[in-house]
Formats: sequence, C-alpha cells, structure tokens
Amino acid sequence: MLGSGIINGLIVTAKNFVGSYHDPKRMVTVEYPEQKTVLPENYRNFPFLITENATDPMGTLRCVACQICEKECPPQCIIIEKSKDKKPDANGKMQIYPAIFGIDTSVCMSCQICVEVCPFDAIKMDKVFEIAATNRFEGLFLTREQLAKPNSYYHEIHPVEAAEVDERLTAERKAAEEKAKAAAAAKAAAAAAKPAVPVTVAGGSLPGDRPGQMLGLQSANNSADPGLSRASATPPGPGSAPPATKTPTPEA
Amino acid sequence: MSLSTLSSQLSTAATASSAAAAAASPDSFLERAPLELRDWAVNLLPTPVQWLAHHLITIVCILAVFGLFFAFTTIAERKLLARLQNRLGPNRSGLPKLSILPWHFKHTLFGLSQPFADAIKAITKEDIVPAAADKLLHFLAPVIVVAFSLMTFAVLPFGRNIIPVELDAALLYFFAAGAATELAIFMAGWSSRNKYSLLAAMRALAQLISYELPLILSVVPIVLVTSTLSTKAIVLAQSGWTFGFLPHWFVFTPWGFAGFIIFLIAALAESNRSPFDLPEAESELVAGHLTEYSGFKYALFFMAEYFGLTALSGLGVTLFLGGWQAPLPFLEFIPSYLWFMGKLICMIVFFIWVRGTLLRLRIDQLTRLAWQFLVPLALLNIANAAFWVLTTQWSLPLQFVRWGVSAAIVVIPFIMMGRALSASYAPRSYRYAP
Ligand code: SF4
Ligand code: SF4
Repeated sequence: MLGSGIINGLIVTAKNFVGSYHDPKRMVTVEYPEQKTVLPENYRNFPFLITENATDPMGTLRCVACQICEKECPPQCIIIEKSKDKKPDANGKMQIYPAIFGIDTSVCMSCQICVEVCPFDAIKMDKVFEIAATNRFEGLFLTREQLAKPNSYYHEIHPVEAAEVDERLTAERKAAEEKAKAAAAAKAAAAAAKPAVPVTVAGGSLPGDRPGQMLGLQSANNSADPGLSRASATPPGPGSAPPATKTPTPEA
Repeated sequence: MSLSTLSSQLSTAATASSAAAAAASPDSFLERAPLELRDWAVNLLPTPVQWLAHHLITIVCILAVFGLFFAFTTIAERKLLARLQNRLGPNRSGLPKLSILPWHFKHTLFGLSQPFADAIKAITKEDIVPAAADKLLHFLAPVIVVAFSLMTFAVLPFGRNIIPVELDAALLYFFAAGAATELAIFMAGWSSRNKYSLLAAMRALAQLISYELPLILSVVPIVLVTSTLSTKAIVLAQSGWTFGFLPHWFVFTPWGFAGFIIFLIAALAESNRSPFDLPEAESELVAGHLTEYSGFKYALFFMAEYFGLTALSGLGVTLFLGGWQAPLPFLEFIPSYLWFMGKLICMIVFFIWVRGTLLRLRIDQLTRLAWQFLVPLALLNIANAAFWVLTTQWSLPLQFVRWGVSAAIVVIPFIMMGRALSASYAPRSYRYAP
C-alpha cells in the first residue's frame, strides 16, 4: 500500500532513537578529548630520536650526526649540527653526537624517508598528533631534547617494527662480535707487534651499561633493551658484513 | 477584543509549584493566572495608554515565548536527528567563562546553550550584500518573512482564554498571512541579482503554491462541519467526550484523519521541511534563494522557517487535535495552555522524526504528489465532510453505516490512487547494476 514504506522507515529510525540510549554498540561517535580511538599499529606522523637509556636521553642518543637524513629529507626540515667533541655512545665507543638536532614539524610531511635512510636505526616515526601550538617557531620546531625518546617508548608504539629492529641489531652486533673475535684471534695468531684493541671493552663509563663481553650471551632478547649492544665494534678493514658496509665512518 | 499569553516561564513555574493542588474547574487559578498577571500590569499604567500596553504585552509575550521555543526547537532538532541516526548531537556548549567570576561552572549543560552560541555566531558574522543587489528589497525580504510568519500566531488559541486576537475569519487571516511569506521568498531571490537565487526562488514558489492548495483544501472540511472560520469556535466544537474517554477531536473521524494526513504533508512542504526541502536543499544547492544572504539576515530566514513550522503545527493542533482540550476528562486540571504546548511539541517532534527518516523528493515527484494525489484526495475529503454534515441526524445503528461510508470514501480512493500512481514507477529495474 502507498505509504507503507514511509511507516517502515519511521519504525527504523524510531528503533535507532530508542537504541541509541541503551545500546552503546550502535553509537559510532568517539567523544574525542575524553575518549580516543586506538591508533593503528602502522600509524605514523613525525620522527623522533631513539635513546638507549631513558635516564640519560642526551647521553645515549643512537644518532651519530651522520647527517644523511638531513640531506635526504625532501622538504629539508631537519637541521643537524655535529658536535666538536666525541662522547661514548651506548656501547662505549667514542662517537660524535648531534649538538643540535631539530625537526620543523610544520614542514615535515611524514614521508618516513629519514627513517629509511638512517643506517643506525636512530630515527623512527612517532604517533603523536596533538601537537597544536600557539607559536609556530617555538611550538612546532622540535629540538633534540623534545625529540629524544627511549627505545622502550618505540616498543610501546610500534611493537612489531621495534621487535624486528632490535632483532636485527642484535644479530648484526653478534656477527660483528664474532668477526671481531675472529679478527682478534687471527691477529693474536699472527703475533703482531701491535695488538688489536678491542673497542668493545673500552670506555664503559656509562652507568648501568652491560660490559661488552656479556653482549654475546644476549641473544635475540628484545625486552632487555638489546639496543645497548649496538654493533659498534667494527674492526678495522670491514668485510662483507652488511652493517659494516652500511656504516659510514664518522669523522675518521 | 484581544487577550494575550503571558510569559510561559511564569506560568510553568506556577504550575510546578501548585499543579497538583489546582482545582479542576475550567476557570481555575492557573487557567486565569496569565491573564490576571497581564491585567495587573496593564492597570499600573495610566488609562490612555492601557490599550497600547495591552497589545504590546501580547506581542512581547509571543516574541519571547516563541523566540525561546524556536531556539530550543533547533537544539531539539539537532539532538533528535542525531539520535535517529545513532549519533550524539551537539553536547559541548556550556556556559561561557565570565572573567568577573572567580570560579567557572564547567558543566556542559548537555549542549543546551548551543542555540545561544549559534545566535551569537549569526549576529557577529559579516553581513554581505551583493554590489548589484536591490539593497532595499534585499534588506526587506528577511524582515517581511519574519513579520508575516509571526503574524500567523495572532489567531492561534493557545489556551482556553488565551487567544491574541479573536477574529471571526481567523482561518482566512492565518492563510493570508502565511501565504505572504511566499512574496518575501521571491523578493529574496529577485533582489539578490543572482540568476541562481532567482531560479531557486521560482522553484520555491512553485512548491509553495502547489502545496498551498492541498493545505487549504484539507482545512475546508473542518469549516464545513463547524460552519465557522473562528479558531476559538473550532476548538470549542471539539470539546466533550463520548463515554467519558473518547475525545471529540476531528482527527478521530474518517474525514478528519484524512484531512490531518493531507495537512501534515502539505505543512511539511509549506515550511520547507525535509522531505520537501528542495528550496534550500543543504546537501545539493548552496542555499537556493538564500544564496546571497549571510549572517543575521540568513538567521532571520531560518527563524521564519521555524516560526512557520510552529504556526502550522499550532494550526494543526487547533483544527485536528482538539486545540487546548485535554485528551481525558480527569486531566483537565492541567492548564489548557500546557496542553496546547504539549501537543505542539508532539507535532514538532513528529516533523523532526520525519525529517530524520525520509529522503528528499525530486521536483517532479514533489509537484506530482501535490497535484495528482493530494489535491484530488482533499477534494474528495470535502465531499466526505459534506456527507458527514448531512448525516448528523442519523440514529445510532445508522451511525455505524455513517462511519463506514465516510471511511470508505477516503480509504478506497487512497488505495486505488496509490496503486495507479506507483504502478508506472515501481519496481525499478536497473540496466547496468545487478
Ligand atoms: S618524515 Fe620526511 S619530511 Fe619528515 S623529517 Fe623525515 S624525511 Fe623529512
Ligand atoms: S641518519 Fe640517523 S644517525 Fe644520521 S644524522 Fe640522521 S638520525 Fe642521526
């Protein structure tokens, strides 16, 4: 009959109306400032710098100021100034570090290229999106201190990716370790006049760091901040190991 | 002679305090309270200006009550529509932070202050007048549309004793004033000096004039049966109960029911409401004839639309739903104006419900519905009412025949016309889609 469709429609909307009061499943609204949706795992927007140790973020930046990301960033929104001195990194190897590291998030287009080119896994994409600020220069230009976030935070926001990264780093470090050992053994066997100095045991001034010789025991154990044992002990004369070829020699 | 409403806030406050204690007599204190308050206020003034004060109070009361009613209709509409679509609706606006206060009441008030925020926004927006526009007409159109839609309130009986102007030809007056808003719509389209506005105004006019006819024809049966044009007399004609519980409202007669449905559809179209909101289809056109209006002038058109809707709903309540009459005898202790407002709110909620349900019609469907369906049915309904009047004297067994015949006169043509009209359109076959 003419009009029955209208009545059916009215019934549907009436059900919606009643249901909206007692059936939370019907409601699609997320009341944003109070409630938040869970962001998808692969969500990304701005980069941040990974530090090994949350207690000393500036001392344990993975970044070695190689400036690759600065050169690759398409909109040129990264600014890096190398340090004049060297500091021991997480593994105790003396490295230069970024004295200034800034990202202008008002320019950054979240392309992730900086992440892809970084040979040290030092820069990763963050998930923050509530970064509105009233001042364009002070609010949106993030400095080294604002960018540095611990590895555990990376595990929090991108668990799968972080696990992969840590696994890779551990594997690389293990390979480098063995290679160093082999090289040391070869050199010892050759009975050189000048013995090779194992860099891994040098330094060690950082608090809470594991001694370098323990590193080999620590197989793909991602939870224990394995990034500490970064493969920094590249022996002189790098072979075919991928990390060694990938690693540029900073300030030789 | 004219009577007036008084601030509904006063009356509702009084109701809340002593509704239970009110006497059941037709002229209980609550029933008379608004009038007495007005008379008291008028008598404070010197005699020469009393007649003026009398009317001014009436006008101010209508403006205040229906202005507020409009404000809360908009928020109710947004909230209800949201709920009909499983959303939440506006629930954020609370009280503004007043810097003089040492504390801030942070409750969001369920968004109930939204209309005031909207009003402030509309008022503070820039008022743009096109360079080529006819400045005077462009300015006058929103003023006229609001003025005429407010004028229609003058003849609605809001309560037993509360009717702003008691006219003998109240219905004629109502439709005359209501139809004048069409003039303002064309003024708006014409004075904008924009061909799209003009075209939209012509479309709007085509719609409004098409639906003016079924609207008025659906009211004629009432006039035929009550043989009066006075809204007050029409409400009084619906008083009383059969067996003490069946109200004599016209909507409960076959011709009245048919008339009410036609009236509802035509009222929807007259007030540009979905599914007949083609004149300014928000999702399709810019704003039809309102394209060149902005800021407060646009808000005035918006307001007039809601005033028109409220007035038409009020007329529907008056003509078909027993006006201010209580539905059951023992409920008469509630003052008549509250019954009127309650029914009015029900009508508006129904209109919002329809808006949340139905899709917009195409312009050809719209005019076809009016001319091929509503007008013939409304004409038949007049004959039906004539039959009803002629058979008033029939004895009790014949009364059943009277009801049956009257129902058949509307139901059979409705079904037949429905079949005939939808036969050529449904079911639709899709050539390319599966
Ligand atoms: S995400 Fe892209 S734009 Fe942003 S800093 Fe990295 S390379 Fe530059
Ligand atoms: S590429 Fe990586 S290590 Fe090099 S400067 Fe950028 S973040 Fe630092």
